[in-house]
Amino acid sequence: MTWHLPVADIETKPYWDAAAEGKLLVKHCSACDRAFFYPREHCPRCWSKDTSWREASGRGIVYTFTVIHQNDLPPFKDRVPYVIAIVELEEGLRMTTNIEGIDPGEVRCGLPVQASFRAEQRDDDTVHLPVFRPA
Amino acid sequence: MPRRKVVIAGVAESRFGEVPDATALQLHQEASAAALADAGLSPADVDGLFSCGADLMHPVVLGEYLGLRPGYVDGTQVGGSSWEFFVHHAVGAIEAGLCDVALLAYATTSRSDLKRRVRSANVAIDARGPAQFESAYGHTVIGRHAMAATRHMFEFGTTSEQLAEIAVQARYNASHNPLAMYRDPLSVEEVLSSRMIASPLHKFDCCIRSDGGGAVVLVAEDRVADLPRKPVWVMGAGEAISHHTMSEWEDFTESPAKRSAARAFGMAGVKPDEIDVLQVYDSFTITVLLTLEAMGFCGKGEGGPFVERGRLRLDGELPTNTDGGGLSSNHPGMRGLFLVIEAARQLRGEAVGRQVADAKLAAVNGTGGWFSSTGTLILGVD
Repeated sequence: MTWHLPVADIETKPYWDAAAEGKLLVKHCSACDRAFFYPREHCPRCWSKDTSWREASGRGIVYTFTVIHQNDLPPFKDRVPYVIAIVELEEGLRMTTNIEGIDPGEVRCGLPVQASFRAEQRDDDTVHLPVFRPA
Repeated sequence: MPRRKVVIAGVAESRFGEVPDATALQLHQEASAAALADAGLSPADVDGLFSCGADLMHPVVLGEYLGLRPGYVDGTQVGGSSWEFFVHHAVGAIEAGLCDVALLAYATTSRSDLKRRVRSANVAIDARGPAQFESAYGHTVIGRHAMAATRHMFEFGTTSEQLAEIAVQARYNASHNPLAMYRDPLSVEEVLSSRMIASPLHKFDCCIRSDGGGAVVLVAEDRVADLPRKPVWVMGAGEAISHHTMSEWEDFTESPAKRSAARAFGMAGVKPDEIDVLQVYDSFTITVLLTLEAMGFCGKGEGGPFVERGRLRLDGELPTNTDGGGLSSNHPGMRGLFLVIEAARQLRGEAVGRQVADAKLAAVNGTGGWFSSTGTLILGVD
């Protein structure tokens, strides 16, 4: 089952290509001097198209989270319980992710975390997903 | 100023609960026929159709099935709040003279479909577009709401007991509604000991799943003299959208109802403390808590203490979800239409077994998606 794996498009291909090399890229708006997520061509705040990719520090904190105990869709059905979280990066943006490498019961808002990458297989293709682990 | 005032002339549900022997379209028709009869009108009077569902071109599919070809059609689909958006839009259309009799109709057989295994309990959103940044992490609808509860608890010290109070009080109200699906008393302990689905939300923090349909008929004030029932005036309406992708939600403790309610209360010239009955979307207990705060019934962060001591019960200070809501009465998917139906019943004094005395002003707030959209209505009777 690979319905859940990201399908890169014109605006997002650099993000997924970088993830395959272990880099977390975010979009930065030169007009606002501010990073944003999810990546798109224009800045969602000021609509400037003067935006560029920058490598993020990968350091952040858990803004909020939940431990999923029930999801009847494969492949998640066999993964419960798992943690899905909103992580706030040092750069000031937020992303949805999983928190790994910690007992789900130990995750707290404010927990310092560091980006890491999880590899999943889609046919002959390996997809690398940014996830986070306790810093 | 509105050119023509707008009233709710007819409301009805179809059979609901578990209805294994009807299609969703049949239930649309059943509810529509009953709501039109309630308004003293016939199908030929309908010149505005407002509906949405999970399928493509739903209003066209429905118009075809019902044999209606109205000249004003709206198929807004913003989740469970679509019905409050529809009332807002119907008010505009009727005021402007674009239609005279608006029919809003909804139905699903979501409970029976699950039993027949023609659908899953979870929604698979394929990982294209913005969803490519979410789907791989295994999000669920309940999980999206649970993240709001986690953050509210972290910032304000809200407890699972306080969230459970919302489910317990909905059940108390349902116990007075002969048609509610679940009527047996529920305790805080039972909520807390029910299965954890997505922390901190337990099974009984979640809405039930039912079959069923509903319909509402809105007309211009010109027709008030002909109505068989007490007219329910639409005094104010407002709508708001927020995020679809969770990482785009700026503040996980604030529902966009803050904006839609401000508009609706402002239009009506009414304040929250004047409201006699409240009907709010209760997909999950946390949905109610954030809505109470955003609408201004209590301050931000105060929702936990606010819902204690039975405040939301029929006999409480703010009778809320008086039919038992989606937590106990019915929830066939996008439930917002049932909020309007129950509010109208209360204002007409027709809420059998659960009537709030002297209910003159009602507020309604639908929430769609995962705090993605909200529509607020202020309704009143003379």
